[in-house]
Amino acid sequence: MTVGYIMLCHTALHRAAQVATHWAESGSPVVIHLDARVRGAQAERLSADLAVCDTIRFSPRHACEWGMWGMVEATLDAARLMLEQFPGVRHICLVSGSCLPLRPPQEFADWLAGQPETDFIESVTTADVGWTMGGLDAERFTLRFPFSWRRHRRLFDGYVRLQRRLHIRRHIPEGMVPHMGSQWWCLTRQTLAAILDDPRRAEFDRYFSRVWIPDESYFQSLVRLHARRVESRSLTLSKFDHQGKPHVFYDDHLQLLRRSDCFIARKIWPQANRLYREFLKPEAEAAPRAEPNPGKIDRLFSRAAERRLRGRPGLYMQSRFPARGREGALTAQPYTVFAGYDDVFDGFESWLSKSLGARVHGHLFAPERAEFAGGETIWNGCLTDSAALRDYDPQRFLTSLIWNSRGERQTFQFGPRDHQDILPFLARDPHARICMISGAWAVRLFRQGGDFESQRREAARLQKIETAMIDRLRAAQMPARIDIRPLAEFLEDPFEPLELLLNELRPGPIRALSEPPRLGEMAGFGRFVQNLRNQGMKPVLLGDIPLDEPVTPGRRGARSRLTEERGS
Amino acid sequence: MTARRILPPAGRAGGLPAVSPAVALRLRGRRQYLILRGQRRRLRELTSVTDRTRAIAPGAILLFATLRNEENRLPWFLAHYRRLGVTQFLIVANNCTDGSEALLRDQPDVSLWRSTASYKASRFGMDWMNGLLARYGHGHWCLTVDADELLIYPHWETRPLPALTDWLDAQEIPALGTMMLDLYPEGPLGEMPSRPGQDPLETIPWFDSGNYTLKRQSKLGNLWIQGGPRARAFFSPAPHRAPTLGKVPLVRWHWRYAYVSSTHTLLPRHLNDRAATTGGEDISGLLLHTKFLSTIVEKSREEAIRGEHFENSSLYNGYYTALSSAPQLQTKHSMRYQGWRGLEALGLMSRGGWL
Repeated sequence: MTVGYIMLCHTALHRAAQVATHWAESGSPVVIHLDARVRGAQAERLSADLAVCDTIRFSPRHACEWGMWGMVEATLDAARLMLEQFPGVRHICLVSGSCLPLRPPQEFADWLAGQPETDFIESVTTADVGWTMGGLDAERFTLRFPFSWRRHRRLFDGYVRLQRRLHIRRHIPEGMVPHMGSQWWCLTRQTLAAILDDPRRAEFDRYFSRVWIPDESYFQSLVRLHARRVESRSLTLSKFDHQGKPHVFYDDHLQLLRRSDCFIARKIWPQANRLYREFLKPEAEAAPRAEPNPGKIDRLFSRAAERRLRGRPGLYMQSRFPARGREGALTAQPYTVFAGYDDVFDGFESWLSKSLGARVHGHLFAPERAEFAGGETIWNGCLTDSAALRDYDPQRFLTSLIWNSRGERQTFQFGPRDHQDILPFLARDPHARICMISGAWAVRLFRQGGDFESQRREAARLQKIETAMIDRLRAAQMPARIDIRPLAEFLEDPFEPLELLLNELRPGPIRALSEPPRLGEMAGFGRFVQNLRNQGMKPVLLGDIPLDEPVTPGRRGARSRLTEERGS
Repeated sequence: MTARRILPPAGRAGGLPAVSPAVALRLRGRRQYLILRGQRRRLRELTSVTDRTRAIAPGAILLFATLRNEENRLPWFLAHYRRLGVTQFLIVANNCTDGSEALLRDQPDVSLWRSTASYKASRFGMDWMNGLLARYGHGHWCLTVDADELLIYPHWETRPLPALTDWLDAQEIPALGTMMLDLYPEGPLGEMPSRPGQDPLETIPWFDSGNYTLKRQSKLGNLWIQGGPRARAFFSPAPHRAPTLGKVPLVRWHWRYAYVSSTHTLLPRHLNDRAATTGGEDISGLLLHTKFLSTIVEKSREEAIRGEHFENSSLYNGYYTALSSAPQLQTKHSMRYQGWRGLEALGLMSRGGWL
């Protein structure tokens, strides 16, 4: 009971020769097909290299262009030669010159001997395949493809379009259901002979010679007519990337390939000396090994595809710079922005830091410097507090800050006194949780005291900026993560929203506010606001601030509505 | 499984901002001018010292460099790139006064040219590089680097450059984008002496991991990357003047190509477009920049006098003054080099789809 190998070669012939010799020495016959486009000297060297082995044959040479009929023709001729010359062969395995056996040939032969009537070939109907990309799946079988996709792309595409427009549909040979699958198969002698000797073979050949990529459908379809037992999977470990290009294996994949327990893998980088050395070693190991299980290493490939296609959100670097709208999340993880809270509460940052058990930044976008938590001048990733560097590219400053601090939720203060360029970005970023008390700047102005005229001017300036801020944020239409409360409404019950926020930000069970932050001096604030009004300014963002009563938390209901009495 | 498509490859489409026909025509003219200028200066200003270009095999990976007085760095430089699989070095020695020339002359894989012309007048050596690239680089994967730049890329320790270039060929990617990563020592610059032939990562293993800015430049289609220790230590008053860090040093060369400004940008512009714009990641590498080896302090004093560097030398006087005073670049947030996987995890480079 032996396995015969049909090997399709076109490059790295010294490696193909090495593998063929390995098989031949273990007693397996090998039929080599050498692409007709390989130059004479190289071909001669290959046959000279292999002259010593009497179980190696060379089949008639065809030009094997990717996606064209030549590849199938070459396989058919080689298969014929194999069946005629080596009557002892029970299974025939189709491999390429860049395949490498991962387990001793004898182990493979024994494993196949256990299933003498099974054909291993991936064979799936077009309706069931999920892996063809870019259209042409069913159309492979109903249109004609006389032009090479590689060399004459425009002709190829043009002819496809023309046929679509003229509604040309080919007749599929009667009784045959098109199937597709990996081109690397392992068939029994009976099945392969039945395909070669099929009385309708000329008809099938004529049909498939104009199908696109027939090497992925010829045997896959015809096997369904002749096989007794088809196991629809390829025994060759072969992985493709998102563009349909085969993954190449290198020396550092040694353990990965071992772990797969597969018999054969492709494709191997020709200069992967260590792989060739390790896997072609005369094997002494006799321990029975597990069933082939390419699934074990699948996760790695899906992770690679994920990295290539979706990337790491929030990362901007020399090979990931998403166009606007294609970023996914704009930042690496969620963060919180408090606007106005530090105006209302004394020592809000340190209180919040204590309540959350986390570091809390001050105003990162303050005009003078980036106020990192704890008064640091430099942050993770060597971000400095320099305002000039930050304002040179505020978006990268923020995305870097979030990226550099992955695993630690970032929280910072923001307000109308700060550099505003980052605002549109905050509004767009689904990771930004923004909590804002509008008009809170008035409290800070009131507590600062000083010359009333300059206070009034400052109030007007801040209100203008804050109005623009609110417009920007509202335009984002993401109310769930943007919470804006007018000052008056907030003061009526300041601790309830805080409690909700804390429970949202803090992991673990819901807890009551154990120690509320200290509300600073508010006596006379109502009068201060009224003075602003009297001076001709209209503080619209504050809400209804009562005139003379001291503002105390939980004073809901006891309000004197100033604005209703007087226009402004 | 077999996944084939007749659409343009995902992740690359539409990355390059379009330019008007007039701009495209101007860029074409500029490219032709640069190619001619390179040839002219190569023929006029370069004298061959040793010529081993006839030994260049088809498919060989070539390295091009201009350098001046790099005796200290050269042994490691050559060893590093030989290890990566560079088989031929094509080097221009510009006004060397140390042993660099003698050292290079004796290497079996170095073709050496000497130039006594002005570095600045030859656009900081780029004319010579363009000239040599067009003459010898056509059809080869060509690496154009400075003596203080060491290329690394994902898997570089286990896969030599031919593995990378084979894969890039298969993916139809014509060039590898990189960022320069400035390495610096622990403590003040210039204190830790380094021996010739010593791995610079032993003496200057520290770097900044996350303070880089990127801007897309629509005309040449490249990303303008700035930041790192030089930006934060010397250019915080004027960040736009901070050194450019994006480079495209590895290109499958065609005689129609030309580098425009150092190896930051080249023409035709599609070669500069190395970033995926659809949210995914393309492959990229890093140039470990060993500028801050102990010799930097002394060299800065010299450069300040020589005035041969950069577009506007007077701009950089302050910079050189700062460097001459041996500042400390290391901070408590500096990271230490611990292999490429670490750098990839930090987001400084990416393997893209190269598993």
